[in-house]
Amino acid sequence: MSRKGKQALLPALLAGSLALAVALPSFSQEAAPSAGQKSASPQEPAQATKMLMGYVELADDPRYDEDYAYAQVPVRPLGRPFDATAVGIADAAQIGKVIGVDFAVERKAGENVEELVTTVQGWSDQGIGFVLADLPAAQLLQLADALRDKDVMIFNLAAREDALRGENCRANLVHVIPSYAMVADALVQYLSFRNWRNILVLQGPLDGDAQMVAVVQRAAQRFGARIVEVRPFQLTNDPRRREQSNVALVTANADYDVVLVADTDGEFARYVPFATQFPRPVVGAAGLVPSAWHWSWERHGAPQLNSRFERAAGRRMGSEDWAAWTAIKAVVQSVLRSKSTEFQPVRDYLLGERLNLDGFKGNPLSVRSWDHQIRQPILLSTGNAVIERAPLEGFLHQTNDLDTLGMDAPETACQF
Amino acid sequence: MIFDFRRVGAALLFAALCLPVPALSAGTGLVFVSNEKTHNITVLDPKDYSIVKWIETSRRPRDMRFNNDNTLLYVACGDDDVIDVIDVDTLEVVDHIPTGPSPEVFYFSPDDSLIYVSNEENSTLQIIDVAQRVIIDEVATGAEPEGVVVSEDGKIVYVTSEVSDMVHVIDAETHTLTDNIIVGTRPRRFVLTPDGKELWVSDELSGEVSIIDRATNEISHTLQFLPPGFRQVDVTPVGMEISKDGSTVYVTLGRANHIASVDAATKEIKEYVLVGSRAWGIALSPDETTIFVTNGLSDDVSIIDVASMKVLQSVQVGRVPHTVRIDE
Repeated sequence: MSRKGKQALLPALLAGSLALAVALPSFSQEAAPSAGQKSASPQEPAQATKMLMGYVELADDPRYDEDYAYAQVPVRPLGRPFDATAVGIADAAQIGKVIGVDFAVERKAGENVEELVTTVQGWSDQGIGFVLADLPAAQLLQLADALRDKDVMIFNLAAREDALRGENCRANLVHVIPSYAMVADALVQYLSFRNWRNILVLQGPLDGDAQMVAVVQRAAQRFGARIVEVRPFQLTNDPRRREQSNVALVTANADYDVVLVADTDGEFARYVPFATQFPRPVVGAAGLVPSAWHWSWERHGAPQLNSRFERAAGRRMGSEDWAAWTAIKAVVQSVLRSKSTEFQPVRDYLLGERLNLDGFKGNPLSVRSWDHQIRQPILLSTGNAVIERAPLEGFLHQTNDLDTLGMDAPETACQF
Repeated sequence: MIFDFRRVGAALLFAALCLPVPALSAGTGLVFVSNEKTHNITVLDPKDYSIVKWIETSRRPRDMRFNNDNTLLYVACGDDDVIDVIDVDTLEVVDHIPTGPSPEVFYFSPDDSLIYVSNEENSTLQIIDVAQRVIIDEVATGAEPEGVVVSEDGKIVYVTSEVSDMVHVIDAETHTLTDNIIVGTRPRRFVLTPDGKELWVSDELSGEVSIIDRATNEISHTLQFLPPGFRQVDVTPVGMEISKDGSTVYVTLGRANHIASVDAATKEIKEYVLVGSRAWGIALSPDETTIFVTNGLSDDVSIIDVASMKVLQSVQVGRVPHTVRIDE
């Protein structure tokens, strides 16, 4: 019944469609700054300063195999996060008009990291200082090291390894995507909160799986949970290895409240819920999954961001997408508040205590001085609902409760 | 189509059949609370705070405004892209005014002929002719426009953009943007001081209220809040209400679960009152002895006695209460 007005609305909307078109992000490689907005501000300077940011990725990246997108594995990206930069640039259009800055992003998909290094060096010579990187940890380090002497700050959108925030940290990296330790802390806070304290951990064969287990053990110690046992699993049909591949067998003969699957690939974890020996919830890489972003998050303006992203990308927004959007926003916010487009003042603001970034997750975000990780809430979600947001109530920190997630200043192994 | 005679006719007929209708006229003091997730409005009796009626609305009712003579209550319904119109006497929905996608906050022109509504999905301010039921123009704003207020003389419309951290100043005659004022992070709502000199803006994420000098469009003061036992990051101011004499402004502090009262002249924060979870909407009773606050995460309304600044009672309403308005 309340939809009745819509037909009458159509002519009016058509008339307004020109103005609306501006709100839609450009799909071109260089996201165009919004032009021809209906009501131009009289303060708009005749010549806007161009503020280009860079975006690098690998042309051939196995994380984007179509099989994975098809399976909608929650721990893997659903598509290239570049889609989110267009939303970030469109969001910044009005700020840009007011302060006289044209924000835009230039994209480079390289065959290998050497090619990307050359590209970013060239960008740096043109004055591009802020570069978003959708790269695995090894390539990210290579890029950061090659650009050590340049005025370049690289935003890590995808690599979750704690070593990048610890012994292998680099001063020219800012980590937007949360680390394994952050998501593990978020998850174990929740398990403690629910009093599901006895955890059976299933560990996959990958390096990332071992790293995840290590931070889960740390989290259990910090938040008063107990790891009953860590059992290896294998993704195989070999009947001789069924103790490690059959979910019922791998979850039998132990007394636990919850099964935590450490599976950074996600394929094995897909088949664990409802297949365990005992009726116990599954968390980690399946079931209740901790992540930077989830399409079903509906507080703090999230529905609007999700719908802008879905219109631009034709798919749902995931954690890496959120990281790309947030990186653009961090630069724009730092330009706005530092009143500069020069590298040094913008960088200083970005890394400073005053960065008060709205990541649409409630708390204002900022960069941890000790390892350049963006402190942020973590969402704990099932397939279609965010069940909780960490840090959970009652997990307190002396300065900022967000620092109960991940490595805190006294624990960091990072030395810039 | 423009006007749905059948609906209105049916509503009037229904009202007529339901005699005796209580002869409620303007000034009933009834308290209206919009519930975003249950798609209805809770109507509270001003004397004993009992629930008089649940009014079913279009989906996701949020901001509400009365017309000048308080005969009609307009309700922006974000998920059905309409503004519902409620007859204050019969407490029935009698009309729907179509808007663009996801209307959130709106304000009338001084003569009630126009509605200025922020459309957060499209990032525009829409101007709707109330009599014609037509969107007559649309002004592009920064992403996610939210708060809207119209100057006393109807010549200026102020709109916040949550994503752009600014207040847009729009000429109501030419529908053009004449100025932009950069404020704190995630600006939400407004109050105008009755002397016409100041525009107060709540900045949700920086936990501040920016006070703009309307003569210069510059920020003259920035207020920061810190209720006892909370941290700066928990303070997320949204709703504001000003007393009729302009002496006191009440600010809801969101996740800090408090409201603050501010001396509008000295800009001093006088008091904090603990309310429910994530306090957003706020309204003063006509005699200014009582404050009503909607608590979005505890699904209730806190009722505060102004004299003692203590919560008298809280009343359970629908899911995610958004705005509270009182029929004066």
